[in-house]
Amino acid sequence: MKVLDATRPGKAPAAPAPRRRAARPRIAPLVGIVLAALAAEIVPRTGLIAGDALPPLSSVLAELGRQAGDAALWEALGRTVRTWAVGLVVAVVAGVVVGVLIGLVPILRAITASTVEFLRPIPSVALIPAVILVFGTGFESGVVLIVYAGFWQVLVQVLYGVQDIDPVAHDTARSYRFSVWGRVRYVIWPTALPFVFTGIRLAASVALVLAITGELVIGTPGIGQLISVAQSSGATTEMFALVLVTGVLGVLVNTGFRYAERAVLGWHPSVRRSAGAR
Amino acid sequence: MNILNFLRRVLYALGLPAALVALWWVTSVNSTSYYFPPLPDVLDQFGRLWLAGRFADDVVPSLVRLLTGFLVSAVIGVALGVALGLTDVLRRGAEPVLEFLRALPPTVLVPVIAIVAGIGDGAKILVIVSGCVWPVLLNTVEGVRAADDVMIDTCRTYGITRGARLRHMVLPAAAPQIAAGLRQALSIGLILMVIGEMFAATNGLGFSIVQFQRTFAIPQMWSGIILLGLIGFALSALFTVVEKRVLGWYLGLRESQKRNG
Repeated sequence: MKVLDATRPGKAPAAPAPRRRAARPRIAPLVGIVLAALAAEIVPRTGLIAGDALPPLSSVLAELGRQAGDAALWEALGRTVRTWAVGLVVAVVAGVVVGVLIGLVPILRAITASTVEFLRPIPSVALIPAVILVFGTGFESGVVLIVYAGFWQVLVQVLYGVQDIDPVAHDTARSYRFSVWGRVRYVIWPTALPFVFTGIRLAASVALVLAITGELVIGTPGIGQLISVAQSSGATTEMFALVLVTGVLGVLVNTGFRYAERAVLGWHPSVRRSAGAR
Repeated sequence: MNILNFLRRVLYALGLPAALVALWWVTSVNSTSYYFPPLPDVLDQFGRLWLAGRFADDVVPSLVRLLTGFLVSAVIGVALGVALGLTDVLRRGAEPVLEFLRALPPTVLVPVIAIVAGIGDGAKILVIVSGCVWPVLLNTVEGVRAADDVMIDTCRTYGITRGARLRHMVLPAAAPQIAAGLRQALSIGLILMVIGEMFAATNGLGFSIVQFQRTFAIPQMWSGIILLGLIGFALSALFTVVEKRVLGWYLGLRESQKRNG
């Protein structure tokens, strides 16, 4: 989903650039934040948009502070994160295993290509009604949605990664009679790793969207459900406070995985190349 | 030999899908399970519902909203993206805010927009735009910033005007990245179209599917899900065709670079 952060690590400037950047005052981002906050405070007060439906930022933040002292918010947050994490882990494991298997066997790849291309663009929200009927309104429904959406993200990246294997390295491993497992472990896995990470990163943010969407639409307990309840009971300020929480959660997931990627793959010579993948 | 090759490719492309559909058919044809009705029933409903009246009443309005939202997002995203990409101060100022807005799960804006803009067509389009604009915007910024330094300097040296530089250098250079953003936006837009209609609407594809589910019209619901899947696939295929035409020069360039190592 996010090509932007995929390209960012690859563009680490050469030696002289950081000095110039350090000399420049880093005021612009702060100004941007302050301006946005001011707009969020003043525009609702003027009533220009939607009359008094929009609460000013200060009252949203005050509401958020009040909610932070309430166990209900943290419990909902915990449930959302649990759905997200379980779904993500299942999607990643399934995507990697199936991806390596398909990537290893050319005939499997040829046979499954059209099916993958067909199933991948199907929006997983289309499954929501079916999931409600089959799995009910519990936590499993969210997990199923996340697994469906995340699986394709990981699978496609793994397939790209396996395709990217250096033919010489591959042939060398064969000549030295590496076992299949040895080839997977020492040739395929290291080559595919940056792609796998890109896939995990994409899947992580898609999974968060679906975890919250599932709660919003299905009514599984969690942040999304709180938002939907707040909306239908007209508690606008509370709703905006919760929306803010989901945004913070999203930022944490995005930056967390970006840093994890840099930490885990710092040694990898092809980190740059992974930027071009999708 | 060529015919054999062709046949093999057709077999590869259609073999597994055909097998899966056949499997679905065979395992479900005598199904008494309430939630998994026989596939023939589902297909029967598909023909009756979607190929007849509901196509104009529900599918067309949904698609019109999706395309309108997508085009509006494309225009706003590219315009803002070029502006931010070319002006360093603006970009750095806007970055933290954009980072936040991008991380906001787009679907939580559905209830927000319902409050601000109601549940009309405009609100549905606003929902789609609120999610689609970010991938286009951020990819455009990256694409514009990644333009080749030598080309930028060449344009400067030759005294090429701003407008011409934008038209002939910046936009083509950013085009592949913009296309990547548009592709992401298309799939997000489809999701938001469905969610927006599921949440509050009086017609549309998402609305009908939820309606079927709530009234336990199971074969009808499955037929709607199949239709939604087909639309997702068709839009993605259409996008690929357009991309191949418009970005043919770039794809060819990359292909030849790859081949020459």
